Amino acid sequence: MLEVLNLEVHYGGIAAVKGVSFNVRQGETVALIGANGAGKTSTLKAVARQLPARGSIRLSGEEINALPPHRLIRKGMALVPEGRGVFARLTVAENLAMGAYSRKDAGIHDDLAKIYALLPRLKERHKQVAGTLSGGEQQMLALGRALMGKPRLLLLDEPSMGLAPLMVQKVFETIRAVAAEGMTILLVEQNAKLALETASRGYVMESGSITLADTSANLLADPRVRQAYLGE
Amino acid sequence: MNTPMSLRKFAGIALVAAALLALPFVMALAGTAWVRITNLAILYIFLSLGLNIVVGYAGLLDLGYIAFYGVGAYVYALLASPFFGLHLPFWVILPIGATLAALFGVLLGTPTLKLRGDYLAIVTMGFGEIVRIFLNNLSRPINITNGPQGIDRIDPVSVAGISFGHDSTFLGLDFSGPVKYYYLLLLLLLGVIMVNLRLQDSRIGRAWQAIREDETAARAVGIDTTRVKLLAFAMGACFGGIAGGMFSAIQAFISPESFVLTESVMVLSMVVLGGMGNVWGVIAGAVMLSYVPELLRYTVGPIQTAVFGRTLIAPEVIRMLLFGLALVLTMRFRPAGLWPMGARKREFAMTKLDAE
Repeated sequence: MLEVLNLEVHYGGIAAVKGVSFNVRQGETVALIGANGAGKTSTLKAVARQLPARGSIRLSGEEINALPPHRLIRKGMALVPEGRGVFARLTVAENLAMGAYSRKDAGIHDDLAKIYALLPRLKERHKQVAGTLSGGEQQMLALGRALMGKPRLLLLDEPSMGLAPLMVQKVFETIRAVAAEGMTILLVEQNAKLALETASRGYVMESGSITLADTSANLLADPRVRQAYLGE
Repeated sequence: MNTPMSLRKFAGIALVAAALLALPFVMALAGTAWVRITNLAILYIFLSLGLNIVVGYAGLLDLGYIAFYGVGAYVYALLASPFFGLHLPFWVILPIGATLAALFGVLLGTPTLKLRGDYLAIVTMGFGEIVRIFLNNLSRPINITNGPQGIDRIDPVSVAGISFGHDSTFLGLDFSGPVKYYYLLLLLLLGVIMVNLRLQDSRIGRAWQAIREDETAARAVGIDTTRVKLLAFAMGACFGGIAGGMFSAIQAFISPESFVLTESVMVLSMVVLGGMGNVWGVIAGAVMLSYVPELLRYTVGPIQTAVFGRTLIAPEVIRMLLFGLALVLTMRFRPAGLWPMGARKREFAMTKLDAE
């Protein structure tokens, strides 16, 4: 579904991503893990076209590395931005409605019902202003908003960031539930253990390059990964 | 249940309409000056509603807004005065002025797309000054604006052979020039308010709200932020251009002095004080800030004479002092504005929560 070839991101003269290649197949969850500053988020932002990048990004075979970012949701790719990025002064319901901004089909109402079923907390708080939700609830809302765009591929940028451990568990349960319904997910995450337990495959990034690529089970067993990212 | 409510609403609207229709005659009893002040107040409402699109809806701080007023005013002045010998009718000029102002809006918006907050404020302020200085200096080598002398003898609006420049009698009632302008402005105002109310709840209005809240997220849900921002600048400028054209016609004389930075600040104050993002709040702000200084002008002097027997402080000085005090008090007790929009009220409620 997603094929990335020789992706390069530069900030001024500094190369943050030095020619990475990876892919995400239909229906699978893939994790991109690595330390702080390894280039994970830059990679994801480049894929979401929020950062200019060199290289090829193909979505279902179509080159998207020339499209403006707002066109991607119509192409089936939704981004849950780092730090959630909910519309703080709008209500939960208004946030979710905004997620369907690019859609004109009749299924929006049904999808909203589905999202409320998946995330009952949002339904309870649908009239509440998004900025007053807890961090975990905001993450759920950002996820729900992305799903309202009816994507085929979901890009998640650090969903555990800044959340209490219990909330992190809940957020990842939800991500697994979304994956179980057949969603294709690319997950960027610092919490390597959690990410690999959720994904079927993973890529490890180190100073702008992918150094390891394997199934999650193998990566979790790999001594290099265990030492560097799982704290052993 | 429904009928009495809508009946009451209807009665309310009819009452407001009757009051607005009778207003200039009541005002005229106190002097034609008050009708003129009212007309200027309506122009300020146009400007505030226009600026509200940029600042209130889209969240882009614009300190050079008066430039678009100037563009509209000069377009009218140049196309309907002896200066170039052109005398086009106002219904031709107003759309030209509005369009040109919108183009200037895009001209300002394009290079500032990536700027926000303070930085945007500084650049827009510079833009406003650039336009004013151009107007001031475009008298050489080719005289286009007549420089600081301004342009005079601008044609009044004329509809169906009735000139708005002098008095006419209709149905036994005496309609002076300002009174006729009042009705024309009222009609235009109705249109401007309708457009603004529709914008508030439209798809484009929601897109503005989204970019005001979070631009990255707005792009992620499929909003073309570039286009939507430029549209905000263009639409806001467009209202400024219309107001400028009417200003030219009413005043019959304009010069760059009318389009200084303090005017931009004044309009911004109206928007903020009234309640950013809410059409009715912005109108309330514009009305209040238009009348209060005038009321003070006429009352400060006589009150001093009555109390102290002589004028202690020059009315001009104390007028601005009291005006400033009124602003400070309003912002102290109603920080979100006199009549804020729902989301702004929520924002201030949130900061309160954070503070606790």
